[in-house]
Amino acid sequence: MTLNWGLLRKRNALAARARIIREIRNFFIEGGYLEVETPLRIPAPAPESHIDAVPSTDWFLHTSPELCMKRLLAAGFERIFQICHCWREGERGRLHIPEFTMLEWYRVNAGYLDLMDECEVLIRSVAIILGHEDRLVYQDLEISLQIPWERISVAEAFTRYTPYTMTEALRLDLFDELMAGEIEPQLGKTGPIFIHDYPASRGALARLKPQDPSVSERFELYVGGVELANAFTELTDPAEQHSRFINEQENRVVLGKRVYPMPDIFLEELPHMPPAAGIALGLDRLVMILLNFSSIDEVIAFSPEEL
Amino acid sequence: MYSVADLRKGLKITLDGDPYIVIAFDFAKPGKGQALYRTKMRNMINGTILDRTYRSGETFEPASLEERTMQYLYKEDNAYHFMDNKNYEQIAINEDALGDTKNYLIDNLQVDVLLFREKAIGVNVPNFVNLRVIKTDPWAKGDTSGSDSKPATVETGYVLRVPPFIEEDELITIDTRTGEYSTRVKG
Repeated sequence: MTLNWGLLRKRNALAARARIIREIRNFFIEGGYLEVETPLRIPAPAPESHIDAVPSTDWFLHTSPELCMKRLLAAGFERIFQICHCWREGERGRLHIPEFTMLEWYRVNAGYLDLMDECEVLIRSVAIILGHEDRLVYQDLEISLQIPWERISVAEAFTRYTPYTMTEALRLDLFDELMAGEIEPQLGKTGPIFIHDYPASRGALARLKPQDPSVSERFELYVGGVELANAFTELTDPAEQHSRFINEQENRVVLGKRVYPMPDIFLEELPHMPPAAGIALGLDRLVMILLNFSSIDEVIAFSPEEL
Repeated sequence: MYSVADLRKGLKITLDGDPYIVIAFDFAKPGKGQALYRTKMRNMINGTILDRTYRSGETFEPASLEERTMQYLYKEDNAYHFMDNKNYEQIAINEDALGDTKNYLIDNLQVDVLLFREKAIGVNVPNFVNLRVIKTDPWAKGDTSGSDSKPATVETGYVLRVPPFIEEDELITIDTRTGEYSTRVKG
């Protein structure tokens, strides 16, 4: 008989995690959101260049509930949220686990700026319930949660933290390396920060900004150098969405990756989807930050290596 | 041949002809972007530290090192002495070259000594080693929280966190890949 001491040690963290999930649920229910469950196993994940689905017989485990949730919007559901497991092949590190928990929510007649406001209220209120008041300590950082949180464009982030402009970084094919190596570690050190308006090529399901179609209406939220959430004003034009998917599929061919079937039913129903905004938040990472842990492994009962 | 998926702390690869050991590794994936494998590596010959970021699809040659099974004998100043099991030849390796592995060297432990062009530059220790606790505070009886840990010193002088129920003179198993407590050895 071996006592799993590592697991026993996690008792407090797992209890706090359950508390956080309960408060998040309350937040959305009180905000008039309907909790939904969509299938975890689907025939056609959204074709995205760098997100790899885990096969499950001839179907796949979903990489996010995005397409099914948008079908609900198209059918007339107006405010929906879901807390579910998602799978992404090959993603493992301090902040990554191939099976993780996602909080995803959608709102019709809203844009990405509305979701920034909602993120602020959600995270701040959960932090306060946990006893953080208006600031939290994460690793060596003191992070103020006072609203409003800083909002800067991706272009501004490149100018601020790297020797390159965003355009140069794209041309030199250094966008991801600079983002991961130079920009991300600087984001959200004194307070959470939204970085918004990603290059049009980096948001396959996001609407382009009407005033500047070179960028998409997409943002990411960072706290303490950790990417916490990704949001869009959703693309609702089926023809445009179809051609973006084709483009992503072609990228996957070039990268030597498996190409997923076209999500045809989603595309057929998309014309009925009203203007909407949606966001995916990594729940494990939120728990990790609120409880001041450096690794995602500390806030889940079992890592894949422990199974 | 290794791929980026094989990268982990302790992996030994060849770069520009020299053997390097990965001393820190992290996976990064900026939102919707590609997977990046960020490593810090130490040149096993001259100690130079390199930061390198790799993308999916890149490959590495294993470090071309000769391995010889030897027995750890003793430490003198900063040199650790080993004896070849086959020809009884003795060699010494400097403390710096051993890195964390020095924490697990107890008399008579069998290790694989790594040689590059005939020169000993490090050792591989088993993934798990048993070491005796020589110093730790007693367990406060009645504390059943199970959530605490305490420091303990093992016979090599290495200090690590152990569960509160571990007592002095007990034998514990340590995972040498992480340096962390694994289990208590019964009996």
